[in-house]
Amino acid sequence: MKQLFKSIWVWLDDRIGISVLLKPMKHIAPQDAKWWYVFGTATLIAFIVQVASGVALAFSFIPSSSQAYETLVFITNDAPFGSFLRGLHYYGASAMVLMVGAHMAQTFLFGAYKFPREMTWTTGVLLLGFTLAMGFTGQLLRWDQTAAWSVVVAAEQAGRVPLIGPWLAHFILGGNTIGGATLSRFFAIHVFVLPAIMFGFIGLHLWLVLRHGISEPPVAGKPVNPETYRREYDELLKKSGRPFWPDLAWRDVIVCTGLIVAIALLAHFIGPPALDKPPDPSVLDADPRPDWYLLWYFALLALIPNRIEGYVMILGPVLIGLLLLIIPVLNHKGERAASRRPWAIAVVCLSVIMIGSLWIEGQQSPWSPNFQALPLTEKVIGATSGPVFEGALLFHDKACLNCHLVQGHGGRRGPDLTYIADKLTHDNMVIRIVNGGNNMPAFGSSLKPQELDALVAFLESRKRPIRPQDQGPMARK
Amino acid sequence: MNENTADHSSLGIEAPEEITRRRFFEKLSITLASFCAAVVGVPLIGFIIAPLFRKPPAKWVTLGKVNEFQIGKTVSVTVIDSSSLPWAGVTAKSAIWLRRESETSFIAFSANCTHLGCPVRWLEGAELFMCPCHGGVYYNDGSVAAGPPPLPLFRYNVRVENGEVKMNPVVVPITTTS
Repeated sequence: MKQLFKSIWVWLDDRIGISVLLKPMKHIAPQDAKWWYVFGTATLIAFIVQVASGVALAFSFIPSSSQAYETLVFITNDAPFGSFLRGLHYYGASAMVLMVGAHMAQTFLFGAYKFPREMTWTTGVLLLGFTLAMGFTGQLLRWDQTAAWSVVVAAEQAGRVPLIGPWLAHFILGGNTIGGATLSRFFAIHVFVLPAIMFGFIGLHLWLVLRHGISEPPVAGKPVNPETYRREYDELLKKSGRPFWPDLAWRDVIVCTGLIVAIALLAHFIGPPALDKPPDPSVLDADPRPDWYLLWYFALLALIPNRIEGYVMILGPVLIGLLLLIIPVLNHKGERAASRRPWAIAVVCLSVIMIGSLWIEGQQSPWSPNFQALPLTEKVIGATSGPVFEGALLFHDKACLNCHLVQGHGGRRGPDLTYIADKLTHDNMVIRIVNGGNNMPAFGSSLKPQELDALVAFLESRKRPIRPQDQGPMARK
Repeated sequence: MNENTADHSSLGIEAPEEITRRRFFEKLSITLASFCAAVVGVPLIGFIIAPLFRKPPAKWVTLGKVNEFQIGKTVSVTVIDSSSLPWAGVTAKSAIWLRRESETSFIAFSANCTHLGCPVRWLEGAELFMCPCHGGVYYNDGSVAAGPPPLPLFRYNVRVENGEVKMNPVVVPITTTS
């Protein structure tokens, strides 16, 4: 029997050339390429998870504006393993974004983008862009209320591109507004166009890895010299190189196993992102937010000054993309070690801090009004009748509470007014309410005089309580 | 082919027809390949970008009877896109904010924030429109009250005809570029 299988294998291998196909797996790599080098493989594995889970989901998903939501409800609630597969696809996407980020940071810090691997880096940058585009289009395929409004936001942003903006916006929407053509466009882009491009670029990226070899870990004081690098690299491989499979690949296998287990555990125990309401654009009670990997950009658009917003929105991503693409052109030789390139460490740290900070801000969205703010309780108001009580009711009815906090209740868009009476006088309050200012609407035309008096009375009651130690000795007696 | 060329060369005879023939086939192949690419590609690209050239019908839609709307009140009105594709489902619907100013005067606001297109909500008590995304605020006439919106809320053309309020629902929802 064993002989039979061996004969079959020999025949198949001869006719198909399996051994030849797998030969690149045994390419010689520097033996010191250890745990820092696993992120590329992890990104590839996450991509494979995405392809597999995406194909499975496509068996039940109908890319029709009228039916997609129902099919998603079916996949999530009724289809065997449907919820798990949706979770796998979601956390797989998250893992891919994280791994591609880690892979880029490692490559940058190790100076592995330098000669002769400039184009390996460049194809990687393009793959980062495609990964983010896949993430965004994938969120839109979750065809719920958030997805539908996110398409509108994307079209509005695209509409600001000079000259071709309106064309781009119409192309994204598949017409003048959201409709039957919108979802199928994103489906085609997400399922066919982008994956086809990514397959091509991943193939090119891997070919370049094989062509130029896996970069050796950098050594301080040993700069890259394009004239001698290839010879030195070949000598290094001859001296101490190891076949990638299995001598080095086992670390990749361990990390990828951990990654897949983590994705599966998250998919099983936490599950996929909940579906929002159906994608009915006539329901205006919507609060669209991007998925986590684009939340930082959402926050950026809220925080940058209005006068430069258009430039940041359009030129920002273009400039960042161009900068990433030309890094190896600007800096293709010299020191690779991060210890000799402190600016490289600073760039990575600042990028992480900036994106992390914006992400936290995006999570909290303090600039957004709190539409769920409930009327203040009598305990918070400190009165059950009279001007203070009536002012507190108006504070809710006039939507002041949507933007201001009072003892932890309300919104965070404007200043916390818990102790506002300690800061503003009666006249200051009146002026501010009537005239607005500092990003606050003027309420002069929508408030009656008695309403204004009640509102100010309530605000004047917002004082820090006087503690015994703050009082003079006579008062304490 | 190379052998033939070598033979000619060895005889000291140039073979212009051989080179011409080779170039002919080269050009023929490239021309045919380009033709095939055009035959398939032009309709393909045309199909994909066709929505860019689709003109919205300039058709007035009825929002309701005049007496259904109170003076001084702002309400949301659902509008059905009559030109939508048959499989559009709920996405054929959209909404506008309609404010009755007087007996005969109405204002129809786009529900899209002019900042990034998110749906603005009308807060009756405050008489303000507020956007949930980045905190844009508008007064009851659609002018910007606070936040990042660069423009007032977009207004549609509205008219009263035969006791009905009608609107021309063009340019929805790419308001900042119109």
